[in-house]
Amino acid sequence: MNIDEQFDSKEHRVHIGLAEMLKGGVIMDVTNAEEARIAQDAGAQAVMALERVPSDIRRDGGVARMSDPQMIEDIKATVSIPVMAKCRIGHISEARVLETLEIDFIDESEVLTPADEAHHINKWKYKVPFVCGCRSLSEALRRIGEGAAMIRTKGEAGTGDVSHAVNHLRKINGEIRWLTTLDEDELFTAAKTLAAPLNLVRWVAKNGKLPTPNFAAGGVATPADAALCMELGAEAVFVGSGIFKAGEDQKEDADKRKVQLAYARAIVQATARYKDYKVVAETSRGLGKAMPGIEAAAIPEAELLQVR
Amino acid sequence: MNQLSDRLATAPVIGVLALQGDFNCHLESLKKVGATGREVRSLESLHNLDALILPGGESTTMALLLREFNMWTGLKKFTKTKPVWGTCAGLILLSSQVEDGTGAPDKTFEPLGVLDVTVSRNAYGRQINSFEDKVEIIDGAEKLSAPVSFIRAPKITRVGSKVEVLAKTDDTPTLVRQGNLLGSAFHTELHEDTTFIRYFLNHVSKTLSADKGESITNTNSRSREVA
Repeated sequence: MNIDEQFDSKEHRVHIGLAEMLKGGVIMDVTNAEEARIAQDAGAQAVMALERVPSDIRRDGGVARMSDPQMIEDIKATVSIPVMAKCRIGHISEARVLETLEIDFIDESEVLTPADEAHHINKWKYKVPFVCGCRSLSEALRRIGEGAAMIRTKGEAGTGDVSHAVNHLRKINGEIRWLTTLDEDELFTAAKTLAAPLNLVRWVAKNGKLPTPNFAAGGVATPADAALCMELGAEAVFVGSGIFKAGEDQKEDADKRKVQLAYARAIVQATARYKDYKVVAETSRGLGKAMPGIEAAAIPEAELLQVR
Repeated sequence: MNQLSDRLATAPVIGVLALQGDFNCHLESLKKVGATGREVRSLESLHNLDALILPGGESTTMALLLREFNMWTGLKKFTKTKPVWGTCAGLILLSSQVEDGTGAPDKTFEPLGVLDVTVSRNAYGRQINSFEDKVEIIDGAEKLSAPVSFIRAPKITRVGSKVEVLAKTDDTPTLVRQGNLLGSAFHTELHEDTTFIRYFLNHVSKTLSADKGESITNTNSRSREVA
């Protein structure tokens, strides 16, 4: 099957269909069933099951892998919303395990330690959809060419600094606008420059958008951060450490949970009504202490997750 | 010129609830057939609408936001008289009862309770079980066929006495009508085909003209297919 036939296949349309259902809302990182329940109660449209939130992965170092299937099953049994989970880049077997667990979306994620330094997974071969991160149109179209049904930015995970997600959104949208200005004769060279499949380059040039939904992820820590991503053209928002690392200054677990729930609800509301600044202001009021942040620009190149 | 302004003045304005979900797909399909669509994100934006589409997405999220944004009561009032179509999550919102996987009432979710059906959430399974199909819609003498998608779809497990079943998939009702309300377990808005959106616009104009004094009894007394 050539790539155009793959795009027009029923299987791929159904994968993109779920991504369409996830627009306008918030997908939250959770590490256990209790957090999944809080996320759902706060209005999360899906949860991402992972063993440690990105800020802990960043702090602890070491090799970050797919979560324990038992933990994923517990989360699936707790919530009615879709459950996503991460596999390492290029880790075919982790992806197959997640498919067997009937995960609703697999995130082939740079937040985990890559298993294959040269290849991403051939995502056309799976019965469940994939989301992949990207920093540019070039990366986005290669991932889509490999079968991704959803694209998200690769803002620097676990930092609470939204600037890199903003860079990626600006870059991708700018490059899409540039493609739409090209003559059809110029698209061959554009495909070469972007190192992306020609048919996808042509599709984007004609339609002025990506052929899959385009979400924001990485560094979102406040309701206003989420609203900013939506303002810049993201169609939904992933929040990682921003929720379950909020309220760290609280001594009692119950108080910590209160702050986390408040952040989760506020980010959901601000995403849904991102252009209504009164709502964004109201949701931001008196939330308590946000997750501790790390300035993304101060991180040495070798320690960046997004270059994976 | 006069004809055009007459048409514009009378063309119904269709709202699409845009708090979460595939509202853009609905707005695009309205655009495709030349209808006027509006995003609905607040109570104020419900005003001056002739009809409403509740999109697919996550019913838990939508219900929560409708309450938090103080839209629940206004929406419920809207659904009492105006033409409304709920797709997938929208169907769950309209329903009178929601049950969990075991068939017991799902106490965690309270729907609007205006469309007399019971639905079981995600009863078709997880995403791996999502599928495309074609449905045959039989509405009196009218017969239509449309491509549809079931995405983590809810199943209609009970149909009230005032509810008409207009389409079935594997013997299960997948499109129902109760007066001004349409509910579908499937999505048509993910497809290029415009058969169903035109059918909905027809439902809108019929309901609106009935509302203006022409008899609505025809709609209610139409023979009912048993589920």
